[in-house]
Amino acid sequence: MRAGKALRGIAVALAGALALTACGGGGESADSGPAKLRMTVWSANEAHLKLFNEIADEYRKSHPDVAEITFDPLPFDNYTTTLTTQIAGGNAPDLAWVFENSAPDFVASGALAPLDDTLKKAEGYQYEDLSPATLKLWQNDGKLYGYPFSTSPFGVFVNTDMVKKAGQKTPAELIAAGQWTWDNALATAAAAGAKSGKAGLVIRDFDYKGWDNLSTFWTGWGAQAWSEDGKTCGFNSPEMVDAMTTLHKATFTQKALPGPGTTADFFAGDSAMTITQISRASLLKDGGFGWDLVPLPAGPKGNYAVVGQAGLGVMKKSPYAKQAADFLAFFTNPTNSAKLAQFFPPPRQSQLTAETLAKTNPKLKPEQLQKVVIDGITNGVVKPSHAGQAELSQQVRAGLDPLWQPNADVKAVLDGVCAKIQPLLAK
Amino acid sequence: MTQTDTRVGPATAGPAPGPARPFWTTRRRDHLAGYLFITPQLLGSVVFVILPLILVVWYSLHEWNVLAGTFDFVGTDNYQALVDDPNLGAVLRATGLFSVGLVVFNLGLALLLAVLLNQKLRGTILFRTLFFSPVVVSLVAWTIVWGFLLQDNGGLNSLLDTVGVDGPNWLRGEGTAMLSVIVVQVFKNVGLNMVLFLAALQGVPADLYEAAEVDGASRLRQFWRITVPLISPTILLTSIITVVGSLQVFAQIAVLTQGGPGTSTTVLVYYLYQQAFQFHHFGYGATLSIVLFAIVLALTVLQWQMRKRWVFHES
Repeated sequence: MRAGKALRGIAVALAGALALTACGGGGESADSGPAKLRMTVWSANEAHLKLFNEIADEYRKSHPDVAEITFDPLPFDNYTTTLTTQIAGGNAPDLAWVFENSAPDFVASGALAPLDDTLKKAEGYQYEDLSPATLKLWQNDGKLYGYPFSTSPFGVFVNTDMVKKAGQKTPAELIAAGQWTWDNALATAAAAGAKSGKAGLVIRDFDYKGWDNLSTFWTGWGAQAWSEDGKTCGFNSPEMVDAMTTLHKATFTQKALPGPGTTADFFAGDSAMTITQISRASLLKDGGFGWDLVPLPAGPKGNYAVVGQAGLGVMKKSPYAKQAADFLAFFTNPTNSAKLAQFFPPPRQSQLTAETLAKTNPKLKPEQLQKVVIDGITNGVVKPSHAGQAELSQQVRAGLDPLWQPNADVKAVLDGVCAKIQPLLAK
Repeated sequence: MTQTDTRVGPATAGPAPGPARPFWTTRRRDHLAGYLFITPQLLGSVVFVILPLILVVWYSLHEWNVLAGTFDFVGTDNYQALVDDPNLGAVLRATGLFSVGLVVFNLGLALLLAVLLNQKLRGTILFRTLFFSPVVVSLVAWTIVWGFLLQDNGGLNSLLDTVGVDGPNWLRGEGTAMLSVIVVQVFKNVGLNMVLFLAALQGVPADLYEAAEVDGASRLRQFWRITVPLISPTILLTSIITVVGSLQVFAQIAVLTQGGPGTSTTVLVYYLYQQAFQFHHFGYGATLSIVLFAIVLALTVLQWQMRKRWVFHES
């Protein structure tokens, strides 16, 4: 009798637990009143969020069916992991920013809703104005699954005070003399770093882990992480070996770059130069130090540009997918796109002019915008991306680790990287 | 069986029909109260422990693509993948290395500190507090600070520099990364084991030492023949806690090395996290967590069995 009772008790407890979990996992139902939209973003920048909220408030005035639009900043470092965990946990957002390196996964998996129809039908949207080159990464079978709200070229920010103090020509002077090459850039960085006791050149967000940021370097040698079709490893190509040998020497012999495990923030005045996207210009403080923004130096293969992209998509599973797509169309229409352009270079050709961009980028001069932004977007190579990028990325990181030792055998390490990732690429 | 009698009503009246006994007898009330008391804990265990455990087994039999929203039954495919996984050997090696290193350093240091602090000397309370304080510090905050100390131009190497030693790049070297993670973890938790050892040491009757001294036993002999046998239940307890804890290490790896350099610090939990949450192989991640569960269970059972052989005084 007693055992029976105990069992019954446990059964009741289990039933209660199941009821509880059922409540938790059910999510909101679509037909219960006006929509509440949530967009995950990786920027917690107040100015960014203020602008997003202004656009959202304006949208809600004319759309009573949307009660609330929230922008949910997730940490930059774990953004994609956090986002996919939210999706797995049944707590997916309605709209989400997507990094270019996870674009192939998101676009091909069917997680995002197609946007073409909504965007083309939206009043005054001017869909044809979107530069086809910027859309490529976000399309699958002719359908658009993400709007590349930011196509941001990489440039070199220079602390001109530090460069001048080291008695070096500034990058602007080198450009004028036609001498803005990697050899000279590294020499300048090494000299400025040595003179100031700070770092020379920092490839931002690389930190000897985020290796895809090195594409801003090796593209100058004509190297690629993998072939165009994504099936063949490019790490042990002669171009890549040359590029990485130069980088290795610059780091460990020339000391132009800070070594592994050393943190230096250009925007805090810790380094003479940094390679990053122009959207980071917002981190520059007025009156901090003299600075300039210049295009990437020429490599052995001449001038080149690299762009990073960020897309905005609608989660297909969202109960409010329709409203979310409609809001996306409003968020990125010509008027709002022009507003967003102050932080994120837009994919709209009509807005990619030095004049338009200058209005909203007070910190950048017209020639900086023309040389770095507009030319960059037009000619730039997008950072490497591939389906299953997270796993590939981890394998490449682990494979490259032995390279970051002073006496590394560059070719052998790069052969090792290819041995690790070739099976994944061939899948 | 007694309850069935309580419903005897007046209809089947006996010679002295008493009033019907109320349903809520004291006994029933006690039972209800008992169940109510354990309900919150039971609910918690069911929802957060038992249910997830069952679900993990279920997930391990599936290929779950979070992005595509597909959840397909694949039978034992994930277990086959486990056997074929080229990284698993390195991961298990790293896990074993970390556990052994941690247990040896942690228990050794904890016991040493406890013996030293058990002496009647001035300042022992201060040192006891000092060594215990890391236990109450937030793990992530502790690890981040150590990350700064251990980086190439960090505090530790600056200190070494002042005495003319060129310190290694602790977190980036194949050999030093694992050592660094172990040391950071040992300092974090050594205080807890130290306090447990200290309590056990203070429970050892002083007259045993006196008798040993009279018999001419050295201090070392006293330690091995009296102290160790008498505190062996605590040694067992701390070793179980430390081994199980070492197999669950995650935050330190995630913050300090992200499993690198190479895969030298990729322990099982971190690998599981990578597979499930970074590579989106949730099914395979679940399979790895079952491996982890089996290892922890086996080690705990083994240690529990071994207590008969090496725990001499168990109350």
